[in-house]
Amino acid sequence: MTRKNEISPPRFSHLGSCALLCEAPAPLNISWQRRIWALAARAEAWPGVMEVMPGMNNLMLVFDPLAVTAEGIKADILKLWSQCDWDGEAGKTLEIEVVYGGENGMDLEHVARHAGLSIDEVVRLHTKAIYTVYFLGAYPGFGYLDGLHPKLFMPRRQEPRLQVPAGSVAIGGAQAGVIPSMFPSGWQIIGNAREVFFDVTKNPPALLAPGDKIKFRAERIER
Amino acid sequence: MMEVQSSGALNTIQDLGRYGYRKIGVSVAGTMDKLALAAGNLLLGNHPNSACIEITIFPFRVRFLTDTGIVVTGADCAAELDGASVLPWWATPVRSGQLLVLSAPTRGCRAYLTVRGGINVPVVLNSRSTDLKAKFGGHDGRSLRKGDRLAVLNASVPRGEWEAGYGVEPPHLALPFNPGSADGAVAVRVIPAAEYEKFPKYGQAQFWDSLWLITPNSNRQGYRLSGTALPTKGQSELLSHGIVPGTIQVPPSGQPIIQMSDANTSGGYPKMGTVIEADMWRLAQARLGENLKFVPVTVQDAIAALVAERAWLQKIETDLASLQGASADAGIK
Repeated sequence: MTRKNEISPPRFSHLGSCALLCEAPAPLNISWQRRIWALAARAEAWPGVMEVMPGMNNLMLVFDPLAVTAEGIKADILKLWSQCDWDGEAGKTLEIEVVYGGENGMDLEHVARHAGLSIDEVVRLHTKAIYTVYFLGAYPGFGYLDGLHPKLFMPRRQEPRLQVPAGSVAIGGAQAGVIPSMFPSGWQIIGNAREVFFDVTKNPPALLAPGDKIKFRAERIER
Repeated sequence: MMEVQSSGALNTIQDLGRYGYRKIGVSVAGTMDKLALAAGNLLLGNHPNSACIEITIFPFRVRFLTDTGIVVTGADCAAELDGASVLPWWATPVRSGQLLVLSAPTRGCRAYLTVRGGINVPVVLNSRSTDLKAKFGGHDGRSLRKGDRLAVLNASVPRGEWEAGYGVEPPHLALPFNPGSADGAVAVRVIPAAEYEKFPKYGQAQFWDSLWLITPNSNRQGYRLSGTALPTKGQSELLSHGIVPGTIQVPPSGQPIIQMSDANTSGGYPKMGTVIEADMWRLAQARLGENLKFVPVTVQDAIAALVAERAWLQKIETDLASLQGASADAGIK
């Protein structure tokens, strides 16, 4: 048991000899995530650390084990764990226009039926929320969004689709996101955004960054 | 310049991989067998990261439109240059107009064609590797096809006598790993990962003691294995977290998946362990239908294996430098 004003330490585990996973204690929450973002930004500059990869309340560090030891990195993280917090001002807020339903929002009706709501109500709840980008992963430029209204929680498809359209506005379990390009996906597709979320010719290539806020706006609903 | 005369669906341009972009969801990619690429490049006096062609589907035919030097590493694929045998892991001069043919390997799975100077495709996000899933990098983000013309970068090292007579002992002979209990399977060393302790003792024992078949549903993204299903009762889906090539996940089916070069940056299945970096080339050269055997090791063991691997590469560089020094001295006389 830790005392009330003490912060529980993260759990470390090895991913081979060149990577370390650092997991915040359960349950998932935004204050842990802010700590993860702050740590990621700091650790990226450490000697011997090659890459940082924030996840959902966790952080993976990839390093050269001939330059630094896992034990050294753990000690450095523990030193910062109780103090660091993320400078929230750095995140940007984006408004994303969405065409809900229709050919490129093929699961909208299904989601509405599953939730026991009208299509208009689904769109209202989806556009009302302000989402936070927790981290980018799975596909280039794909942000895992937190903030989905619980009424819209929706299990993934039994059989993933082999390809979904670029810009697919999707729901997977309690998470939301926009799938940047044509990729396989098991998430439920409720609409489409024209915004380009990933472009290798741009710097940075990804539109989103951890800590950004997103608001969806209904351009129209196709039925 | 070189022109592809025939190629299968999965032959691509790769370097050592794309680093620094995992945090925006971009896979590492790069050759599956990084040791073979680095060795081939060093034998040619290239930077170890110079781009090559990774060949998984045979036969592969390419015609050279310029004089250059090549090394074929990785799988033993009976390479022939205008009908004459090309020694594997050996620097070989090539004349403009010559045709190189790589045939189905007798040992290993993936062959690497490295060229003096390295293949010149645009650098995308700090790498020349093809990302087949996201369709960028390499040659237009896709596999090579008949008729593709590939440019070669200028070689910084002058062509020397070494080209006709220099090679290296392949890693399966120079860096053997045989625990003695592998029953003909490919043995790879594994460090236990976060969820290892959550598996019951008999499940852990089963993981180490069983042979795991590499199923046909295996590719650059991951190897799907088949064996007696591991017990997954009590395991739950985890919060998404970063994973690396080599990570061995256990989905609800109990049949492990090993993440490979084109792995997603993040995953959520329980992780039994991670194949050590120094054994990833052994996995890359293991064939569909072969069995794998996992051998538990510590982080210290893994680092020692990595040191041995780097020493083997370092020796290629120093041997080549002394060879070139010797031929330069001969020139002065």
